Parts: sequence; C-alpha cells; structure tokens
Amino acid sequence: MTKVLMKGNEALGEAAIRANCRNYFAYPITPQTEIAEYMVRRLPEVGGHFVQAESELGAVNMVYGAAAVGERVFTSSSSPGVALMSEAISYLAGSQLPAVLINIVRGGPGLGGILPAQSDYFMATKAGGHGDFRLLVLAPAGVQEAADLVMDAFDLADKYRNPVMIIGDGMIGQMMEPVEFREYNTPEGIDRSYANTGAKDRPPTIVKSLFLDPQQLENNNLELLAKYRLMEQHEIRFEEYAVTDKMDVLVVSYGMMARICKTAIDELNQEGHRVGIVRPITLFPFPSSAIYKAAARARKVIAIEMSTGQMVEDVRLAVRGRRAVQFYGRTGGIVPTPAEIRQQLLKLIK
Amino acid sequence: MPRVLIRQERCKGCELCIYACPQHVLAISENINEKGYFFAEVADQPRCIGCRLCAVTCPDQVIQIGLNGVMVHYYDY
Amino acid sequence: MELAFKISTAMKDVPTHYCPGCTHGVVHRMVAEVLEELNIRERTVGVAPVGCAVLIYNYLNNDFMEAPHGRAPALATGAKRARPDLILYTYQGDGDLASIGFNEIFHAANRGEKITVIFINNGIYGMTGGQMAPTTLPEQVTTTSPDGRDVSQTGFPVAVSEALATQATPGFIVRCSVHDGLHQIQTKKLIRRAFQNQVDNRCFSLVEILSTCPTNWGLTPQQSLEHIRDNTLQHYKLGILKSPEEV
Ligand SMILES: Cc1ncc(C[n+]2csc(CCOP(=O)(O)OP(=O)(O)O)c2C)c(N)n1
Ligand code: SF4
Ligand code: SF4
Ligand code: SF4
Repeated sequence: MTKVLMKGNEALGEAAIRANCRNYFAYPITPQTEIAEYMVRRLPEVGGHFVQAESELGAVNMVYGAAAVGERVFTSSSSPGVALMSEAISYLAGSQLPAVLINIVRGGPGLGGILPAQSDYFMATKAGGHGDFRLLVLAPAGVQEAADLVMDAFDLADKYRNPVMIIGDGMIGQMMEPVEFREYNTPEGIDRSYANTGAKDRPPTIVKSLFLDPQQLENNNLELLAKYRLMEQHEIRFEEYAVTDKMDVLVVSYGMMARICKTAIDELNQEGHRVGIVRPITLFPFPSSAIYKAAARARKVIAIEMSTGQMVEDVRLAVRGRRAVQFYGRTGGIVPTPAEIRQQLLKLIK
Repeated sequence: MPRVLIRQERCKGCELCIYACPQHVLAISENINEKGYFFAEVADQPRCIGCRLCAVTCPDQVIQIGLNGVMVHYYDY
Repeated sequence: MELAFKISTAMKDVPTHYCPGCTHGVVHRMVAEVLEELNIRERTVGVAPVGCAVLIYNYLNNDFMEAPHGRAPALATGAKRARPDLILYTYQGDGDLASIGFNEIFHAANRGEKITVIFINNGIYGMTGGQMAPTTLPEQVTTTSPDGRDVSQTGFPVAVSEALATQATPGFIVRCSVHDGLHQIQTKKLIRRAFQNQVDNRCFSLVEILSTCPTNWGLTPQQSLEHIRDNTLQHYKLGILKSPEEV
C-alpha cells in the first residue's frame, strides 16, 4: 500500500468507502463540507448512494432508515448540525442500530464560529440526545489516525449495534497529511437479523425504540448498559507518551490539542523536565484507569482542551481526588501554540 | 347466497357497518362481548345482497362475506 | 364456503388499540389488502409515525421501522436509496406530516423519492388528546382552540397535498376520503395505484385520506363520517392533484 497526500475531510470519506460503506447522507456545514463534495464524486464510482438532505434532521434520519435496512451508513456534520441530529441519534441508540457519525467540531455556543474547537466533548460523551444512552466516541489526532478510526468505527458500530461518533476539529478536517489506507475486509458473520429486509420466510422485524411497558423499557436500557460495560472492558484506547515515574506534570489532552501538547512536552523533556501525556483516543469509554495510574506517577496533573473545561471533569473523576487536576484551555477557535502550552506547563513545574 | 360472518369477539360496536348496509341486514346486539361492547350481529340474513359494504367499512376486521354459488360484483374492491 | 371478502393475510390477527369507529383501522386494512394483492408484502418495509398509528407495526404483517415524530419520509428515503429493491411506505398523521414533519415530506416529494406515503388527515392531534393540528378546520373546537380555531391567529387549514403538487417534480398526489362506501372503494384503488407506482419504479406517491377521530371530535363514529361529508369536504377538495401521466 502506498501513501497518498490527502486532506483530512477527504480521507474520512475515502476511509468510509474502503470500509465498504456505500451510503452517505449529509447537509453542508463548514468546516466539513468537503466530505460531501468528495463523496458525491466518489460514491457513484462504487455504486453508492448520496443524498444532500434538507437539513441535518433529514440527513440523520436517512442514516436511521439505511441502518434499519441493514446497510452500512454514515453522516458528517459540525457542531450546530450535530446538535440538530441529537434527536435521531437517541433513536439510533434506543433501537440499537449501527451507524457512524462524524463531528468536525467548530466553536460554539450558538452559531459560534467556524474555527477549530473541542467544545462538543459534553455533547458527544454525555448529552448527544435524550434518554439513557452512550455513543462510542473516537477522537483522532491526525489524518492517518482519522482514516484508521473511521474503518474501526464501522466495525465497532456493527459489533455493538450502537452509533459510533468520530470527533475531530477543523484542523483535522482541513490539514493535508500523507495517509496509507490499510487493507480492509468487512468482518465475517455480522448479525443483521434485526434489519428490515422484507418479511420473506420469517416473521416481520421491527426496528423501534418505543417500549410502553416500563419493564420492557427498563430491560432495553439494561441491555444498552450491558453493551456500554462491554465497551468499557474491551474498547478503551489511549496513547501514553513520555509517561515515566516521577513526572513533574502529567498532561491529559485529546485530538489535535494533544499533538500540540506533545511538541511542547518534547521541548521541555529535552531541557531535562519530566512531562508525560495520556491522550484518550476513546472519549467514551474513557481511559480512566490509565489516567489514574499515570496520575499517581506525577506530581501534578493538567487537562488541556480547546474549551472552557469539559473533559477535565472526567479526568477529575478518573484521578479520584488523588491529585488536584489543573486546567488550561482556549476557545472560540483560538488554537494554543506549543509555546503557550510550554509556558503553562512551566508554571506547574516550578 | 351471500352470508355475513361476524367475529363478534373482535367487534367494537362502532355501528359503522350498520349505517353502511343498504339492506338493513345488520343490527347491534343486546348482548355484550368479552371486551364489553354491544357487538354487531346479523338481524335479517335473507335480505343480504353480498355487496360487502359492511366489510369494507369495518375498521376492525370483524366482517367476512361468505358466498355460495356465483355472484356478480358491481364493483372491484 | 368461498369468501367474497376475507381478512387480509397481510394483517396480523390481533385487536387494534384504536377507538371504536376510528378510520385508522379502515386504512390499515386497505394497505394490508393492497400489499397482499400486489404480492409485495415480503419485500415491503413500513415506517411508523408518532401519533395514534405508532403501533401500526403490531397490526400489519410486514417489516417496520419506527420514525421520530415527522421524520418518516427521511427514514424511507435512506432505506429506499440504500435498498432500492425494497418497497418503502410511510403511514403518517397530519400532526406528524403537516406540522413537525413538513420539511421532510416536502423535500422527499420534491426529490421524487420512490416511496409511498399514506397520509391520514383527521384534522386533530389524536394521540396527545385532541389538540389543534395545522389541518384543523376554521371554528373547530379542540383542546388548544377551545373557542374554535381562530384563523386570524392560527391561519387556515394547511393543504399539504396542494403544496406538494405545485412543485415541478413529477409525482402522484391525491386526496381521498373514507366517509362512505363509494369513497372507501376509491381510496382503496388510489392506495393500490400509489403502491403500483413504486413497484413500477415510477415516482413519489402520496395518498391523503380524510379520516375521523370520533373520540377527540366528540362525535359518534357515524356522525364523524357525516362531519367529513358536510364540513371537511368544504375545505379539502378530493381528487388527483398530480399524476405522473401528466408529465
Ligand atoms: C418530538 C415530539 N414532539 C411531540 C411529541 C408528542 N406527540 C405524540 S403524537 C403527536 C401528534 C400526533 O398527531 P397526528 O400526527 O395528527 O396523528 P393522530 O394521533 O391524530 O393519528 C404529538 C404532538 C412527540 N412524540 N415527539
Ligand atoms: S354484504 Fe351488503 S347487504 Fe350484506 S350485510 Fe353487508 S352491507 Fe348489508
Ligand atoms: S363496523 Fe365492525 S367493529 Fe363496527 S360495529 Fe360493525 S362489525 Fe363491529
Ligand atoms: S384518538 Fe382519534 S385518531 Fe386516535 S385512535 Fe382514537 S379516534 Fe382514532
């Protein structure tokens, strides 16, 4: 396999096609519209289907329809659009359908701005719609990882029959990097017995999230919970970098922000400081125990995000009071520079 | 000869069939079914012309029309 | 004994939850009969609405998915695009289709999605207990228009079918009624055509059916049918508003 130079947004789309997804429905919104522009050219080449929907509500409900007939499907949007999608995301989770959702986050609240941000951590991991459910959330820190995670996302969605969200920021979407698409084969034996494929020689299938009987609804919620517990056992992913004993500071940061932190960390460590980072790759399930263990090996802990502090709450829960967790963040589309991070870390080191 | 077959246990006593019948074949019973509805019943079978309008209007799949011999239907349904 | 009218095999043999005399049941049965007559039940997928017909999947014997309120045409779009070999139909009330879901139905129709839409217009929100719908008649009393619908504040009844029919995209858009035997027979025929269009991969098809809600209209089932004849028909004209043959 050879490397190709690709814009992040296009790599996301191409990875979906390589993961044998043939259905994509979306509504334009900056900074991820290139995905649609790429897919509209690419999908017909492979016999796929694209509809520019009337809204994000339309797009995500088309995803719901395609998922219900047992086909791989995804959509992409950015923060305000994903907020609109939260209605059907809850239905997808409640009726246990696999689907992949991409959120290339932009600053909010409201119409906010169009520059990179990480202000949708809460929306992705806690409040992506009403009811008791979770998304499996993957946060890449570069174009290559984004492409890999898209492929994984389809498999994970099928494995758990649960929507999976890829959360990136405008930087990932817009930057060009070399990517190598790995050889992909759809896993064998995916169970599609839930799907609406026509009641031929079998009783009708019903894809639904309505359970008027309270016991049945609780049972469905417990079924979902059991899947989330399994995800916590098997799917937690994170990267540890420069995590050593007796660190001055442990940084917890995800996505592109973590990459910037690493540059600052490299500099500091070359100067003789000891700074490490844990980068959650799955935001749900959250790598709490890795963070707990790493925090125990550091004097100080800081969460760094492009928000006013969202993931930091999970970091605090993860370290269980063993360390005070500091926070540094910028918002509005302002991306902290390595020098800025370095300064913050030096303050803690002293 | 047409024959009106009524699944009384499924009837909700809405009376739509009774109004729909041009021949006044049907009536509401004085008895109630298990669900507590006064159900529809055949009051005057010989008047039935097998037009099926009662069955076409019934919202609850209560009525079937049986047939002995040949029967001309004046409308497709 | 031969049966000149029999229970459709595309219908599950269970009692429905509908109020006595509610015409939802009549239309359910017609849809089932059409699926059976066209021999398409085994490749048909229905999309259930939010409204009194939310449990339609308990009654019809084909695969079903359940849409969020108003979004059924979007689900049907996604499903039909992904699996063009399946027959997709939505079954929606007027709150579902004409109010919260207007955007979805409008654009599905305008894209010419090859789906079939069964649109039950009973002029009221049945399931939530009789609130005003966009289709409620002027002066009609509902729980949220207790003094009668005041058109100066709430506008006139929304005519979705006309709105859809004015667009250039070819389609089959009709309004019919189930208030008496003659119209019931016509309605069944139009439902059959709406499905046949899809079997022939022809066009978007929507059948608006003037229906009753005796419970929330505060009328007997028979009075409700007469209410359609005497009042609803003054505001909603029946007929084929658009047909693919025209274009
Ligand atoms: C997003 C959302 N808003 C509101 C409701 C509540 N709700 C349920 S059914 C309904 C109205 C249904 O009316 P209609 O479509 O006319 O169907 P009918 O019950 O009359 O058959 C409403 C508002 C809901 N379930 N979801
Ligand atoms: S078949 Fe016609 S005549 Fe006979 S009971 Fe029914 S409506 Fe009346
Ligand atoms: S129409 Fe059907 S439910 Fe209503 S009274 Fe007649 S048989 Fe019973
Ligand atoms: S509330 Fe109205 S629409 Fe709903 S089942 Fe009863 S009569 Fe029918």
